[in-house]
Amino acid sequence: MTMVADRPEWLEEAAVATPEFEKAAERAASRRGFLLSLPAYAYLVLFFAVPLGIVMIYSFATRNRFGGTDLSGWNLDAYRKLGEPIVRDILFRSLWLAILTTLICLVVAYPFAYFIATRTPLVRNLMLVFVMIPFWTNFLVRNYAWRVLLGNDGLFTNISEALGLGERELLFTTSAVVIGLVYGFLPFMVLPLYASIERIDLSLVEASRDLYASGFQTFRRVLLPLSMPGVIAGSILVFVPSLGAYVTPEILGGAKTTLLGSYIVTQFLTARNWPVGASLSFVLMAVMLVATLVYFRTGGRNL
Amino acid sequence: MSDRGDHQVSEQIAAVKLTAITKRFGSVVAVDNVDLEIADGEFFALLGPSGCGKTTTLRMVAGLEFPTEGSLKIFGDEAGTLPPNKRPVNTVFQDYALFPHMTVEANVAFGLKMQRVAKQEIAGRVQEAISLVRLEGLEQRRSQQLSGGQRQRVALARALVNRPKVLLLDEPLGALDLKLRQEMQGELKALQREVGITFVFVTHDQEEALTMADRIGVMNEGELLQVGTPAEIYEHPVNRFVANFIGQTNLLDASVVSNDTVCLANGVHIPGKSDLPVGTRVAVCLRPERAGMHPPEEVPADQQSVVGRLESVTYLGNALVYTVVLGWARLEVRRENQPGGYRPHVGEEVAVSWTLDAISVVRA
Repeated sequence: MTMVADRPEWLEEAAVATPEFEKAAERAASRRGFLLSLPAYAYLVLFFAVPLGIVMIYSFATRNRFGGTDLSGWNLDAYRKLGEPIVRDILFRSLWLAILTTLICLVVAYPFAYFIATRTPLVRNLMLVFVMIPFWTNFLVRNYAWRVLLGNDGLFTNISEALGLGERELLFTTSAVVIGLVYGFLPFMVLPLYASIERIDLSLVEASRDLYASGFQTFRRVLLPLSMPGVIAGSILVFVPSLGAYVTPEILGGAKTTLLGSYIVTQFLTARNWPVGASLSFVLMAVMLVATLVYFRTGGRNL
Repeated sequence: MSDRGDHQVSEQIAAVKLTAITKRFGSVVAVDNVDLEIADGEFFALLGPSGCGKTTTLRMVAGLEFPTEGSLKIFGDEAGTLPPNKRPVNTVFQDYALFPHMTVEANVAFGLKMQRVAKQEIAGRVQEAISLVRLEGLEQRRSQQLSGGQRQRVALARALVNRPKVLLLDEPLGALDLKLRQEMQGELKALQREVGITFVFVTHDQEEALTMADRIGVMNEGELLQVGTPAEIYEHPVNRFVANFIGQTNLLDASVVSNDTVCLANGVHIPGKSDLPVGTRVAVCLRPERAGMHPPEEVPADQQSVVGRLESVTYLGNALVYTVVLGWARLEVRRENQPGGYRPHVGEEVAVSWTLDAISVVRA
């Protein structure tokens, strides 16, 4: 009793814990959390969930003769159209290019990320800044720069001629699109890979070498499995935007190689077939959703 | 048992032989011109403070660092430039470095798999190694689900399953708490006797080195200062650093007068054997438990003594430590806590005494 005596009176009163007080405090905390996150919720609902609903409604609608959209007759015609050879080809081509882009990014980025992760902190941070530098220039501008490099009298054509490989026209080919996509999305592969490799205890690499593993075996048995979360995160970050890419294929690709993004835009703007554009958008989103789920099921938990 | 003297080392091929090994990192000399032979079947400790080069030396034997200069032989074969996977040695890492994405069983099997040992043989040897370190029943656990002591056993099994010619241990007990550490000291030693493999372990804990090792190499600032049995190192340290690092000690500044006399800093000549040149600055090393204490006028005739004032008494339970101030030095005397005997009070004049064989003269 004497020990409490020099405490202020109000504190003595309020400091006695009761279940009621505890409950009230918990309720207040959760109310505070909800109020603080309300702006973000409202924004997402208004500008993401609602438009998404609209797109979904349109995907079940019918295009009328005048290029308008009839919301009255709901059907699956737009989705059936996706099975037609033209659309299917575009879908598979886009998928293939996205997979190719992802694989190239993975192969190029892994050693680089490992290199960064094993430097001293100062060098590490500098190199990470270098990875980010391209973001300082507008994406569109960078794509047009590639047009110059790959074009008729561009650097690549000149090098190929100088090497005696003949005049290679790269611009407006699928290769140009892949080059552009790899260039554009490489940082999205490097960063998650770096983040997961950086967390691996490098003495595990030493232990593996000590236990008779070669350099490659160490990569396959120790580094790769332990950096899987980064591999998966990076792959999704590259695969998803590559699949729906619009700017790069438009600027660097030819008219012959229409990809998903361009096709959707055409359906909305030129063909004025909103239901088909909407249904294709929805299928694309479903693919991405599946990819993201795969990520969370496999490696995401460990991130 | 603990006496594996130098005579044995030279007769057979050394398990590990370092000749003039130097390792530089940029301008820093981590290991400086070290010569060392470790005999087959020996339990050898590399002891020193952190940054003394002991771990670098071990890593060079493992192949995780390459020497800048010198020759490194493992059982007679030059190995200094071989990668770690080409050396007949295995390492127990400081924090065990168990593969977190593998079970205990897979961790232990890793080395054999990499060596492409037949599947049936792997299964048998893994089981054998796991029972050797008494981890039966934990085969399917992952390292995160194990205690510190269990992890250490897995690390041991993972290395021993390969039947290395030399097992390297980097601060093997450093991550364990005191009680477990003491338990594991005995276990490691028993294990070494059982498997008969040469163990080389690195530690900064002198007590650990004294308890476990057949021989100890003391390192400081990249140099190997002394190699010997625990008794040799404790009783005849070569210099002030070794004397200070191994156990508690009193060091009295002195200089050599002749081969059996030294002059203490207070000008008194006392008997003290050394083969150092006359005039060399030395220190007289007197272990606290080897010093006697008497009233100044009652020092036995066969003992040397210095007189000082008792400054403090520390009660340890089983022993008492007396701190005596001499004006030019400060001495600690440790007496067993036994009934009766001389119990001076703080502030009294006391004589600290010793017999000739209680001291050693070491380079300052």
